[in-house]
Amino acid sequence: MLPCTGRIEETLLLEAFENGADGVMVIGCLEGDCHYLSGNIRARARVARVSGILESIRIGGDRIRMFNLSAGEGAKFAAYVNEFVEQIRELGPSSINVARKNAA
Amino acid sequence: MKAGSNLEKVLAAGHFAVTAECGPPRGADPEIVRKKAAYVKGNVDACNVTDNQTSVVRMSSVAGCMLLKEMGIEPLLQMVVRDRNRIALQSDLLGASALGVRNMLCLSGDHQKFGDDPQAKNVFDIDSMQLIHMVKTMRDEGIFPSGQKLDGAPKFFIGCAVNPFADPFEIRVPRLKMKMMAGADFVQTQCIYNMEKFKTYLEDAKRQGLHEKVKILAGVTPLKSAGMAKFMKKMVAGMDIPDAVIKRIADEPKEKQSAKGIEMCIEQIQELKEMEGIAGVHVMAIEWEEKLQEIVGGAGLLPRPVVD
Amino acid sequence: MITGTPKPIEEILEMVDPYDRIVVAGCYGCVTVCRVGGEKEVQVLSSTLRLARETAGKKITIKEVCLERQCDPEYIEQMRSYVHDYQAVLSIACGAGIQFLAEKYTTTPLLPGINTGFLGVTERQGEWAERCQGCGDCVLHLTGGICPVTRCAKSLFHGPCGGSVQGHCEVGKDTPCGWQLIIDRLKSLDQMDNYTKLKPYKGWNTSRDGGPRRIVREDMI
Repeated sequence: MLPCTGRIEETLLLEAFENGADGVMVIGCLEGDCHYLSGNIRARARVARVSGILESIRIGGDRIRMFNLSAGEGAKFAAYVNEFVEQIRELGPSSINVARKNAA
Repeated sequence: MKAGSNLEKVLAAGHFAVTAECGPPRGADPEIVRKKAAYVKGNVDACNVTDNQTSVVRMSSVAGCMLLKEMGIEPLLQMVVRDRNRIALQSDLLGASALGVRNMLCLSGDHQKFGDDPQAKNVFDIDSMQLIHMVKTMRDEGIFPSGQKLDGAPKFFIGCAVNPFADPFEIRVPRLKMKMMAGADFVQTQCIYNMEKFKTYLEDAKRQGLHEKVKILAGVTPLKSAGMAKFMKKMVAGMDIPDAVIKRIADEPKEKQSAKGIEMCIEQIQELKEMEGIAGVHVMAIEWEEKLQEIVGGAGLLPRPVVD
Repeated sequence: MITGTPKPIEEILEMVDPYDRIVVAGCYGCVTVCRVGGEKEVQVLSSTLRLARETAGKKITIKEVCLERQCDPEYIEQMRSYVHDYQAVLSIACGAGIQFLAEKYTTTPLLPGINTGFLGVTERQGEWAERCQGCGDCVLHLTGGICPVTRCAKSLFHGPCGGSVQGHCEVGKDTPCGWQLIIDRLKSLDQMDNYTKLKPYKGWNTSRDGGPRRIVREDMI
């Protein structure tokens, strides 16, 4: 159970990609509105670091993105998800999934 | 006489001394030194040969000194502590003295990051203050710093550099005093453009009688253009060029700027000549050595005195 | 603490290229504090290596461990039960730790995952700065607690040089002039006569220049 995006470790995000995710969305509260004050700020930095790592090993830094919204913004949530899914579709499966498919 | 160098004799006789600078070439061609030296000959009491200035590799200062000596110009060996440990410094000093060099300038040296070899090892085994002390000990006591006796003490008129324009200002005169106490016989200042600040520095030094214990040679560098002035102001650490000075040369049309620069330099030397406490001038006409005669002559300092 | 920076991932991938079973070993000491070699960094590096290697069609198996310290024999002895099941150890501890592992496990290739830096302090989270060169002859009591060997780019004992401008060293605006710092501190301690004293030449033989060093405390052996 994640009380706040601030609880997310880089390891968790990288594990998602190791487990076959083509893309990861990290959705946190609007900046300035974090219930735990700066949890979403820490998350932003961690997402940025993981993005950098993914870029450096050619999986692609844009396969992970952070979004900020409030719990009441349902329509925005849907819009973000659709946008991101479309983005990942265009990028195609992540190179690790391609490698696994080829190995199979 | 501490070393019996020409510079020492000229100063001791009470004349206003003149020194200049020769940067050795970026290669092994001695002709380049000889060409520059030809402009210096007859216009100075001694000529500095720089030591890998700005950490850029050039022919060694000792070699440059010997080439000057061959042409009948009195050399002034510059030695930085950036590249050599105390063993090499002592050795090079003994060698230079054996070859007849009688003046030297003890310097820290610009950090190696400014040159072509920023990956070089940082030596700085002893600092410039300690180098002054070391040369003095070897010269006057005839011993190595280790205490062993020298088979022939080196003879040097010992100099150092001071920068009245570096920060913090309040320790600049105390540093002059420290260098005097370490054993400096003379100092050459960084080139002066801010005469007001320099006068403040000089007054402080005179209050402590430092001008009597160590000969102060004021540094000047003629400006070739307004562009050069602006570049130096922006890029050279420890350089103080007031806007009024830049304006004076910038107000001239481009083709007249170099002549203006010479005129300003001559004026400055004439003013320095009249200042009590200034024993001489160090003219750094970098890559403009051909103007030396015009500058020194224009300031009424030719011919140079011959002292026995 | 001893600080370090991670080696670029390309360099590490090249180092581990011949192997498909390695240990990635971190350390709970200095490198954890400066966030380059602790437990989290072991996990992130291992994930990164697995992702990169599998993508390239060359899977790698990694045992992730973090030792209390890699510079004490009792802690590195703990690896003995598994280290020989792996082909190499990629350590992200400091150079001392990496070497100590190599000394104990002589048939296992030891790979450095970080570039060990300097003895420093945390000026703020994410920024570490050098403070001590380990010269073996400390004079901090004479310089207001600020080290001229480390903080002055030229290790001057009678600084500052002519390149000190507005409190900055000539090597760069991010580097404070060590001697400006010393002078300011001596002034606030009313110890400016320490400044004008002529200091004896530094004996570098107590630093690494005298040869690799060793401390032997007979009373403790």
